[in-house]
Amino acid sequence: MSYQIVVCGGIAPDPLQTLEPVPGPALKNEMMLPHVFDPWAAHALYEAGHLAKLNPGAKVWVVSMAPKAKLQQVMMTVAQKLPFELVPLDGPPGGFTDSADVAEALAAAIRTIAGLDLSRLLLFGGWESATRGAGTTMQRVGALLGITEQFLAVDQLEVRDGGSLRVWERLEGGRQQVSLCSGLPAMLAWATGHLPEPPNHPPTGMANGRLLMPALQKAKPAPAGAGCTFLDVSLPKQIRQTVIVKDKPAAEIAREIVEWITQ
Amino acid sequence: MSASVAQTTVDSLRALPGDAVRQVLWRFSSRFDLAMLVQSVRAVARGPVARLVAQGARLTHEWTPEKNELLREFDHSGITAAYMDPEAGGYLEGPKNLALALIAFELAWVDAGAATGSLAGCLALSPIHERGTPEQRSRYMALAAPGGPDEPKRGSFALTEPIPFAGVETGLLSGKVRIAEWPDGGEPLLEVSKRGRFITNMGFANFVTAAVDSDDPRIQGSLMVILEETDPGIFDRGTPTRKLVHQLSSTSDPVFQLKVPASRIVGGYRVENGVILPRYSHGEIIEAVFRRTRVTVALMTSAKLLSAVEPLIRYHRDRFRGSGAVSPGSPRFELGLQQKEDVVHRLLDIWATGEASASLGFQAARLFDELDPIEKRKDEVLEAAGVSGSMAAFKFLKRKQGDAIAALKTGAGDPVLQYLILDAQANVHCPACKLWNTGHGANTMREAVSLMGGYGITEDCPGFLGYKWMDAQLEATYEGPEAVQRRQLTVTMTNEIFLEQFRLWIGEMRKIASRRPGAGACTLASAMELWLWTLNYLQRIKLFQGSRQAVTFPLADALCWLLASRAQILDVEELREKGPDNPGAAEGLEATVQFLTDLCHIQAARAAGEVNRVCSELVFGHRAHPSWEGAGHSCYQEEELIGIESVVPGASGFTSDFVYEDGRVPDKAGPCVDMSGLADFNRLSTKVHGCMSGFMIAKNRAAQALQKVMIPAALDYPA
Repeated sequence: MSYQIVVCGGIAPDPLQTLEPVPGPALKNEMMLPHVFDPWAAHALYEAGHLAKLNPGAKVWVVSMAPKAKLQQVMMTVAQKLPFELVPLDGPPGGFTDSADVAEALAAAIRTIAGLDLSRLLLFGGWESATRGAGTTMQRVGALLGITEQFLAVDQLEVRDGGSLRVWERLEGGRQQVSLCSGLPAMLAWATGHLPEPPNHPPTGMANGRLLMPALQKAKPAPAGAGCTFLDVSLPKQIRQTVIVKDKPAAEIAREIVEWITQ
Repeated sequence: MSASVAQTTVDSLRALPGDAVRQVLWRFSSRFDLAMLVQSVRAVARGPVARLVAQGARLTHEWTPEKNELLREFDHSGITAAYMDPEAGGYLEGPKNLALALIAFELAWVDAGAATGSLAGCLALSPIHERGTPEQRSRYMALAAPGGPDEPKRGSFALTEPIPFAGVETGLLSGKVRIAEWPDGGEPLLEVSKRGRFITNMGFANFVTAAVDSDDPRIQGSLMVILEETDPGIFDRGTPTRKLVHQLSSTSDPVFQLKVPASRIVGGYRVENGVILPRYSHGEIIEAVFRRTRVTVALMTSAKLLSAVEPLIRYHRDRFRGSGAVSPGSPRFELGLQQKEDVVHRLLDIWATGEASASLGFQAARLFDELDPIEKRKDEVLEAAGVSGSMAAFKFLKRKQGDAIAALKTGAGDPVLQYLILDAQANVHCPACKLWNTGHGANTMREAVSLMGGYGITEDCPGFLGYKWMDAQLEATYEGPEAVQRRQLTVTMTNEIFLEQFRLWIGEMRKIASRRPGAGACTLASAMELWLWTLNYLQRIKLFQGSRQAVTFPLADALCWLLASRAQILDVEELREKGPDNPGAAEGLEATVQFLTDLCHIQAARAAGEVNRVCSELVFGHRAHPSWEGAGHSCYQEEELIGIESVVPGASGFTSDFVYEDGRVPDKAGPCVDMSGLADFNRLSTKVHGCMSGFMIAKNRAAQALQKVMIPAALDYPA
């Protein structure tokens, strides 16, 4: 089946960087820090690429809202991993943008994709986000596009004979809920999936890059989050207590840690 | 008259220069193919390569299965194919010098042995790529290209031989080739025997490009020949070399005794009067190959220096954190060793050296990218003019030298003139970056190690600085040790086309200095003038001669300092001009440019100081020490002064030393030096001193930035 898969995903500062909220609100020096493709959305992208590879004729689009200069840097890595077409939106980065605005911008961008049949759409994204952690963005995008079959925290997808989908969703306590979806369109917000990160492959990047760079140059502004006000932002409080021990059994260490946490 | 640089208030450097800034500095911001390549190589360097080093893979000379796995990483990430043209399985269009330079830089950021291993395959293919026949190019590029059903074939380049043969003196070859069989009307079968020393990639190579000399009157001169592991005879990989460094590359001392068809002679051959005449001697091929690959080696050391900055800042800042005696929020807690001026100033010297050497190396790589297509066009012109053979080409080009010099001012549309101009630059920049980046870089890496305290010489040192220091020493030796580079510079830096460009560059620096005082350009221009004057002077008094290496080599060293500093200044000027138009680099740009400008000033001042020292030593060091009498005397006799005074009263006050009539000498430290003929030198030297103004202010400002700059919480590779 020739799937049309749209993956929504933003970018996030490299996790090794110290992130300090500053008035704005924003993160200190965020635009100067290296960024990565949002890890949750990245899992969705790898699953999309895998599905497309198994189904000749399938096509993957990535719809991403971020400052386009940063997005370009991130794409220098992501675009090497699998073939896709980028639909960039030049918008704000990070976790201080309201998910409703983001969802509206993403849905509007998806509607503009030439040749896309919304009734056959597989909408992918991250269930969570390393920056936009509201956990509501993908549901909103799906709703705006009229997609009612929605799955959250997806771990696995199986395409069955006849085109129906079997979906494993993550639940509490390590359990999974398995659902059968009779057909498209569907929205899958992925947890970690089960695929490794594809290796970089510069020739794939070269092929993607021919469309990617012009698309970035023409990226439309998406001024999301203008109506949202934050009263205060701060780092979570950290407590550090160091104890140096030698030859203590692991069970004893675990017991002490639990005791310390529950104090 | 006094002048001062306008003081402007600029934010302090906010974060370490990122990819967008580097892309502008090193001029590949419009090359998304190269930007992707960098990311791909970086993932290998800071992933599998770093893990291998952290797991102790460097502690054995053997080529282990774990090390071998790196080859597949290179294949999958596009490193192996980066060298190849698209029709041969590659994916990058056009010249590849900058691409290979970036690969070397990224890999050497973590481990230069891995970089060497990846590039040694290119080195093996280079003779075939540069001088091979179309059939040879087609066959071996296809064999070496990854992506096919079979594992790609790996190559090795075999030149160096056991002492006393090929090494520094590449002309002394013990490897021999003779004719084993020559059937009537058929292709000759050659017998090749060669012992190699310190040959990279031999642990796994499937084919070898080897330099050998004729041992048969039916073969003329030397040649390079391709050997395959399946050829009949001995293909002994030899025992691993017990090197102290670059342990992620496979190196051994192989032995070959093989029979191969004459079609394996690189570049082909023709037969005249029953004698095989190879199209290219091994020397001609090596020259074409090394002049490009030396640049990548140079950049390996640059990467080390720049990679040392982040771990050093972190170590200095965190030095006292965790101690109960140092409370959070106190200056000692926040700044650690960065409270001490010496620490930050020395780190600035390392950083400035790293920036300058990277600038010089990437400038050379870009230069070769520019030169490659022009060289091909020049060859076409020569062929159309019926000029064949290296001697005829040399004479043809020699006749064009004057036109090339004239074209420097008017602009050159003629490919031959363009070639002569770029070739003159490349012939200097290649040895210059190889010499300075690795030699001075190795010394500077020692400083970086010392700034890590005892940690620096442990396997646990963050950023593997101890390993990198030792590796730098090998980089100073690979592909021609420092003496070879100096000797080449001695010849190429006196090419009139180069010197004319050098004069124009002085003007270029003066213009930059005029627009932007305090950026180091003025300091550099003054030092360049001093160097040029000294070269002319030493040539005039016949001290600058090939055999006087104590004269020519230091002057070559001094030139490298100047070229590196110039490249650094030009790069920062590029960032200043193009950065605002690059959204990825624009954030915090003013502060980044200010900091990098301060590094330019620091480096220019150090370069100027070094040039002044070298030139002073050479100019004065060969003049006899002043004495009251004999050869070195420059003193007036008392009676001469009386004579002078009788003609021009008071004039004796302008004389220097004198000897009393009774032979007594003034009670002072000694006679003064004879300065006759050196007024210009003294003026230029004094000017260089004056141009140092403000450099310590720039250094102090950069030191403050170093204390505030934001760095990641941890290194992005396991070290």
